[in-house]
Amino acid sequence: MMLPAMEGDMTTVTAPRSRSSRTPSKRKSVDAATLAHNQREISVSEFFAKNRHLLGFDNPRKALLTSIKEAVDNALDACEEAGILPELFVGIEPISETRFRVTVRDNGPGIVKGQVGNIFGKLLYGSKFHRLKMSRGQQGIGISAAGMYGLMTTGKPMVIHTKPRKNKPCHKITVAMDTQKNRPEIKDEEEHHAFEHPTGTEVNIELEAKYNRGKQSVDEFLEQTAIANPHARIIYQPPTACRTANGQDDDENLPTLIDDYEHARKLADKAAGTATTPGGTIVYPRGVSELPEEPKEIKPHPYGIELGTLIKMLRDNEGQSLNQFLTGQFCKVSSRIAQDLAEQSGMTSRTRVTGITHHQAEALYKAIQETKLQSPPTNCLSPIGTRQILAGLLKGLKAEFFTATTRKPTVYRGNPFQIEVGMAYGGDLPADQLGRVIRFANRVPLLYQQSSCCAYKAVLETTWRNYGLQQSRGALPTGPLVVMIHMASVWVPFTSESKEAIADYDEIRKEIKLALGECGRKLNTYVRRRQRIKRESERRSVFEKYIGEVVTALNAIDKSLKKTELKQRFEAVAKRITLEADTQFDEDGNPIKAGANGNGSLDRDESTVILGEGESPPSLDTPATKGKRKTKAKGGSRTKMASQKTRTKNHIDDDGQYELYAS
Amino acid sequence: MAKKKVTKKKTAKKAPTRKKVVKRRTPATKRKDTATKLNELAHAVADQVEDGKDPGVAIPTRALSNVSFDQKAGLIRMGDNAQRRSFFNLGQAKKFMQTMLVASGSNALIRQAKTTSIRDLFYHCKHTIAGTRENTFDEQSESDPIIEDLEVTLGSLREELGLFAEPKGAMVGPMTIVDNGDVIDLSKMGSGGWAVPSIVEDHVIQFKRGSAKFVLLIEKGAVWRRFSEDRFWEKHKCMIIHGGGQPPRGVRRLIWRMHNELKLPVYVLVDNDPWGYYIYSVVKQGSINLAFESQRMAIPDARFIGMSSYDMERFEIPKAVTINLNDQDIRRAREILNYPWFQKKQGRTYPWRNEINHMLKLGVKLELEALSNKDFSFITEHYLPRKLKDKQWLD
Repeated sequence: MMLPAMEGDMTTVTAPRSRSSRTPSKRKSVDAATLAHNQREISVSEFFAKNRHLLGFDNPRKALLTSIKEAVDNALDACEEAGILPELFVGIEPISETRFRVTVRDNGPGIVKGQVGNIFGKLLYGSKFHRLKMSRGQQGIGISAAGMYGLMTTGKPMVIHTKPRKNKPCHKITVAMDTQKNRPEIKDEEEHHAFEHPTGTEVNIELEAKYNRGKQSVDEFLEQTAIANPHARIIYQPPTACRTANGQDDDENLPTLIDDYEHARKLADKAAGTATTPGGTIVYPRGVSELPEEPKEIKPHPYGIELGTLIKMLRDNEGQSLNQFLTGQFCKVSSRIAQDLAEQSGMTSRTRVTGITHHQAEALYKAIQETKLQSPPTNCLSPIGTRQILAGLLKGLKAEFFTATTRKPTVYRGNPFQIEVGMAYGGDLPADQLGRVIRFANRVPLLYQQSSCCAYKAVLETTWRNYGLQQSRGALPTGPLVVMIHMASVWVPFTSESKEAIADYDEIRKEIKLALGECGRKLNTYVRRRQRIKRESERRSVFEKYIGEVVTALNAIDKSLKKTELKQRFEAVAKRITLEADTQFDEDGNPIKAGANGNGSLDRDESTVILGEGESPPSLDTPATKGKRKTKAKGGSRTKMASQKTRTKNHIDDDGQYELYAS
Repeated sequence: MAKKKVTKKKTAKKAPTRKKVVKRRTPATKRKDTATKLNELAHAVADQVEDGKDPGVAIPTRALSNVSFDQKAGLIRMGDNAQRRSFFNLGQAKKFMQTMLVASGSNALIRQAKTTSIRDLFYHCKHTIAGTRENTFDEQSESDPIIEDLEVTLGSLREELGLFAEPKGAMVGPMTIVDNGDVIDLSKMGSGGWAVPSIVEDHVIQFKRGSAKFVLLIEKGAVWRRFSEDRFWEKHKCMIIHGGGQPPRGVRRLIWRMHNELKLPVYVLVDNDPWGYYIYSVVKQGSINLAFESQRMAIPDARFIGMSSYDMERFEIPKAVTINLNDQDIRRAREILNYPWFQKKQGRTYPWRNEINHMLKLGVKLELEALSNKDFSFITEHYLPRKLKDKQWLD
């Protein structure tokens, strides 16, 4: 193998090898005692400080987004739990090129002084982890991690202002974190009176970050948050607000931040949709003024429990009988079922939990899996609601057609969940690009890891051609479309701690696809109708264009042929003929009817909105089509017909700007 | 469709009925008739709309599929097929509108007792449609076929509509005529000849006297000039006339009149290519497009004097001056080969089939100018005299 020419090189290579074989490197022998010297507990904070990418602090850009996201999530959760309509302020103040101060203020219930340190200065401390209740936050990592990141990158601690009582002063607390001990270090406490809201909390974090616009930006996050939370009012001052291009704020034409904020507050009361002040403060006004229904807390469902958890729960409930344990700790387990389960696993319902062996626990676990149990209660879920989704979409997107659907709750692995889908189509949305998917889990926008998300996969798997849109293989549909997918659950299965994508459970994906189909059929009806109307109106306009010429020519040949009379006659025929064409099109076996009837069987009223801009809604609901639909309904059930009648009468919005389109 | 047209006419006639006392059809009465027809057309359209129907006009089809060859008379006749052009049809709406505009324009011409060119009418009808940026007509090529449509629909000639095409063609020869009242000696027309007008009906042109023995139609103006310069007409006592390619109606009608009224035989001299054969065919049997006019245009006795595909050998024309047939030529030649009027049998042979097949076999075409390769005046001094003398023509 070796070429002679390479021999020179060979020597240099072989030399060290022969040396190493002669003297093997001597490894120090270490005994367990020595090793034990270095073995110590790792605090969660230390772990996450090192692995901050797990929490969404991979890079400066994402760190900014994650910090705001966590603060906004907490703020909204707090407001809703306290039954207060959220009013949020989000500000990003540039300090230097790479350093920003983030402010998030809410009008929530505030935080008791003694808890501030724990909540903001300790990882895995929170109210949400130990219960099964739908909320944005889950683990109690988020905001403290943001504070930790700020502290690590700038050395500046978090500053919290909180006002837990209406007539008491506001606290100003500076919270740093001892990462080694996972313990808060509260530095100074001041009390003062100025706070915008009667109660509430304000979080200030200074951190190394990078501000961008566009995809996966804070702007996008807040825009989507506003869509999913139409009951919230959000005012957002981006770093560019009240600043000239070069970052100098000496331009006299620009308002001050405070003035602009005041302007934004006034604007928030008036504006119907997203608005921007002269200084560049963005206002997301409130779309609906009622709070979402409060989700109930539930006990775990036996199906959702793993063996280890079961054993732990058994140990936690020492002294109880098996019957007490099963009926008391789980939902949907009656005494009779508890007895069955006990018998199946070779015990009785009176067996003491204390004495259960690992073997018996395993038998019990197996028995649970094999027994048919009722699904968990679903009142623990608080979906956004069809009307609220529509309000959110209407507020945030300039489209023509809006539809939404809320599926019935279902269960995956013992966890109830519910899927909602909203669609916006047409209008100012870009027509020549791929559609956009916006994903939400418990009302929180998911901006990263789209392609590994269950919701995104469901969109890809849907055959959009059936719904009147173009779609290349393995791609999103092309067209002026925004698809919003929301999963509400007591426990959203995220693929990672940074909560960026929903894990791919078959049950979830199936539900999403069904919801997409429901909306898709309505979209199809609309798209096809729009195409047809466009075609017909084009036809009519061609005729109308020439009628004048023909009439003039005929009149020139014989003056007894009166122009106006003749013109009316021609126009009457034109109208009739283009209408006739409508009918023919429908009778072609167009899928429109199937879609309309499919929707008709749904138990919902206000699920679709068509903006009357550009196209006049009355022409959509011409008497001819109405009549036709009724005759069609005759063939079907009587109730269906009745429900359709009522539906056509509905008007959705309070200000009358939108008209309900009965589908 | 054709039936429909008839019924429509009947209903329309109920209105101001014109007593159809067909006496002598003087030009004036002819034009009056046409005005009546236009009026009927307008009322028919108005009536249809009044009934809530889609108004339409039945237009006889001007295509090979709707012509038949009348073996006995030796000319092409138009069949009964008609196409309904209706307004409420997206593909026809504009054409319908244009038809009405042309009808209105023609009506105005008749009312004002004027005649004008088809290009004039195009400009007369061309304007921007109110409220749009669209023009009623964009090109003359749009209005010309509509004029022809109107002609066939009304059964009126273009002249009766008061229209004429851009005059084309010239004539010289030993003859004196009266053109619009002016006496013209066609033997004293200088080098350019007498321009043949579009309308050559007897109220415009009258033949006075002459010594011509036959008429020679030459395809091209340039070759016609050679004949004129060499005073071929003087030596051979003939009228020489050209139509600048496909002869316009005026030229065809004039030859027809000379043939029928003065009993002059007609010879056609064209290039040896499919186009030349087609020109001859149009002169002889009429055109497919204007089949309804064959009777007053076609000259079934016209003779094809040249150039024949056999002339190359007969006159020893060098190969260098030939042009190879291109694909289009070959296609066209095959098409012409199948025309029924080229299937005539003479004795036991089919002379026309042989003629065209021979051209296809040689794979070349020959222009009249190619004869100048021998001598500038070869065509007038040798070629044509010999062909006439030897009676080397095709019928």
